[in-house]
Amino acid sequence: MDLRLDETQEMVQETARRIAKDILAPRAAEIDRNHQFPKEQIQALGEAGLLGVNVPESLGGSEAGVVSYSLAVTEIAAACASTSVTMAVTNMVAELICGFATEEMKRRHVPKLTSAQYAAGAFGLSEPQAGSDAGALKTRAEKKGDRWIINGSKQWITSGNVAGVIVVWARTGGPGPKGISAFLVEGDAKGLIVAPPESKMGQRASPTVGLTFEDCEVPAEALLGEEGQGFKLAMIALDGGRIGVASQAVGIARAALDASVAYALERQAFGKNIGSFQAIQWKLADMATELEAARLLTLQAAKLKEMGRRFTREASMAKLFSSEMANRACLEAVQIYGGYGYVDDFPVERYLRDVRTTTIYEGSSEIQRLVIARNLLFD
Amino acid sequence: MQIELSEEQRMLQQTCRDFAEKELKPHAAKWDEEKRFPKEIIPQLRDLGLMGVAVPEEWGGSDMDNIAYAVAMEEVSRGCASTGVIMSVNNSLYCDPVLRYGNDAQKERWLSPYASGQKLGCFGLTEPQAGSDAAAQKTMAVRDGEGWVLNGTKSWITNAPNADAALIFAMTEPDKGVKGISAFLVDHDNPGFEVSAPEQKMGIRAALSAGIFMEDCKVGPDSLLGNPGDGFKVAMSTLDGGRIGIAAQALGIAHAAIDAAKEYALERIAFGQPVADFQAIQFMMADMATRLEAARLLTYKAAWLKNQKVRHSKESAMAKVFASEAATFVTHRAQQIFGGNGYSVEYPVERHYRDARITEIYEGTSEIQRLVIATSLLREG
Repeated sequence: MDLRLDETQEMVQETARRIAKDILAPRAAEIDRNHQFPKEQIQALGEAGLLGVNVPESLGGSEAGVVSYSLAVTEIAAACASTSVTMAVTNMVAELICGFATEEMKRRHVPKLTSAQYAAGAFGLSEPQAGSDAGALKTRAEKKGDRWIINGSKQWITSGNVAGVIVVWARTGGPGPKGISAFLVEGDAKGLIVAPPESKMGQRASPTVGLTFEDCEVPAEALLGEEGQGFKLAMIALDGGRIGVASQAVGIARAALDASVAYALERQAFGKNIGSFQAIQWKLADMATELEAARLLTLQAAKLKEMGRRFTREASMAKLFSSEMANRACLEAVQIYGGYGYVDDFPVERYLRDVRTTTIYEGSSEIQRLVIARNLLFD
Repeated sequence: MQIELSEEQRMLQQTCRDFAEKELKPHAAKWDEEKRFPKEIIPQLRDLGLMGVAVPEEWGGSDMDNIAYAVAMEEVSRGCASTGVIMSVNNSLYCDPVLRYGNDAQKERWLSPYASGQKLGCFGLTEPQAGSDAAAQKTMAVRDGEGWVLNGTKSWITNAPNADAALIFAMTEPDKGVKGISAFLVDHDNPGFEVSAPEQKMGIRAALSAGIFMEDCKVGPDSLLGNPGDGFKVAMSTLDGGRIGIAAQALGIAHAAIDAAKEYALERIAFGQPVADFQAIQFMMADMATRLEAARLLTYKAAWLKNQKVRHSKESAMAKVFASEAATFVTHRAQQIFGGNGYSVEYPVERHYRDARITEIYEGTSEIQRLVIATSLLREG
């Protein structure tokens, strides 16, 4: 065991930290307030190789590994959670295409994703009536000659209105997980109707939309992997995606802790700075301890994925623990700031709003606990 | 970055796991019930090299690293938490400071026999009126020719009834406060050195804790560990390591509780199915396993930093507070899964719960750990 980062990991972390500080942090509050997609920010991430951190260089990626990816997401999220989720989904989609698409499709989409020629990639799994129970999805794809015709609706699709390519899960067979396949649908595909973005509590610079498919045609090569393999692909992608969300939660929590420490040293009450009181010290100690634990769980899951080991349980533990830890940390940060924590002159209320969804998206805490318990009890 | 254990660490883990399963687990309940020091197990700990895991071979130890030590502590404590703390006190609280501060003659006499498991050590810091506030020492050491005379009382000293020597902290220059504390190595057969009857404790009852009384206890000049006034520094740096040991002990206790809960959940039928099939039980198990894993990584990280010989006070405190509170949480949930059976001594989980409780108290309470962490955070600013 050696927890030192290697040179590549340090470099990626440093690059992400610099972009976070110079480009993301100054505008994070403003784009959140205006619900404005971080186009230039994503452009900067693309130029720095952060949109395909774990993607082969031959397809425009950085080929820097999963640990580097996790470190980068954390740095970006500490400055702007909205940008980090856009980045994470794009990375996830690029990896999924690299793993399972035809050579032609890889060459067609991946370099555009990693270079930010596409504003984003999107992941179309959830439906109005299929969230945690993803195997119950109703969108259908029918084979017609050498094309597939997709009909149905998707819900909560991050970047769905700006994405150059969307992975869409649809039923090609009978009910249940085995009847599902995954397809690549281009953002400008005919028959793809994009709803206006949802009004969300947080991560408001990251648009989330519903998608409707009305006889949306895609070619045979758009099928990802094999027919009926879709659910498995979704689960594989989500195992990795959970490392992304865990890394994001770690970043948001770190920002909340840093802000809290700074405020505790500065804010005066009862004749001394509030950091002198054990009431505040205890909060900081718990925030820092849980943050460190979450960071290590996340790096462990990332490293196991990088080594090609099984990492489903570890990714779920990382996602569950990090997201719940980050929620507690942001709640305490607002508490430490008092009234100032409740107004948007300070960043902590945004952290609290942004962090809330980390226990919900890419598998709710409840789903993570199911994954962990099944692994523990029945594997 | 390398997240996995080394080959050597994995082998030690397997050895300790087998040993604990065969030699500790079957007897742990009995030793606990009889409140009896498991004397017969000490030669086996010695033969496995577990009494001085991270001590160099030249001083009788196994010359492994601090992660290996944590790994061994978890496995031993998983079999028997009392044996875990007996081992931890000898390794972390006794051998480690003698190794770091002792001269060669002291190491010859007070380290080699202890690291090799021939003799047993203990650590005398706490006093009736000086627990968390360890600097409030009342034990006095006064110059007596070349040597010293010690007077005072220590309390809650784990291993004291069975140990051959103690590391005793005493005031040598009371007007200097914490800088007036010094550390002494004192043999238990030294005249003027007495050990009280063991305390009656809630848990870890096979590890005996007792008071030490020193009345005109005369020691030679070679008894002083480090320089006069180094005592508090010796104590605090020692506890930084000791906390890794206790964190690992907590991991072992939690691990044992998860083992038991899993077995029970798969076996116990309620409402027509194993209770493991209910989400209520599954969610408890998921939280138990997640906290244990998080605690383990924090513990390994602190151990890894100690290997690098860099300051690790904050990380050790994080490992200790998180792992000990995780152990309390996990053993409580395990008991809950067992229901009424969890409250009965026929099953192991009530013992795990009692054993876990102390890990939040000794070698620095959770409150002291939080103080260490917060102070460090605010200083780093």
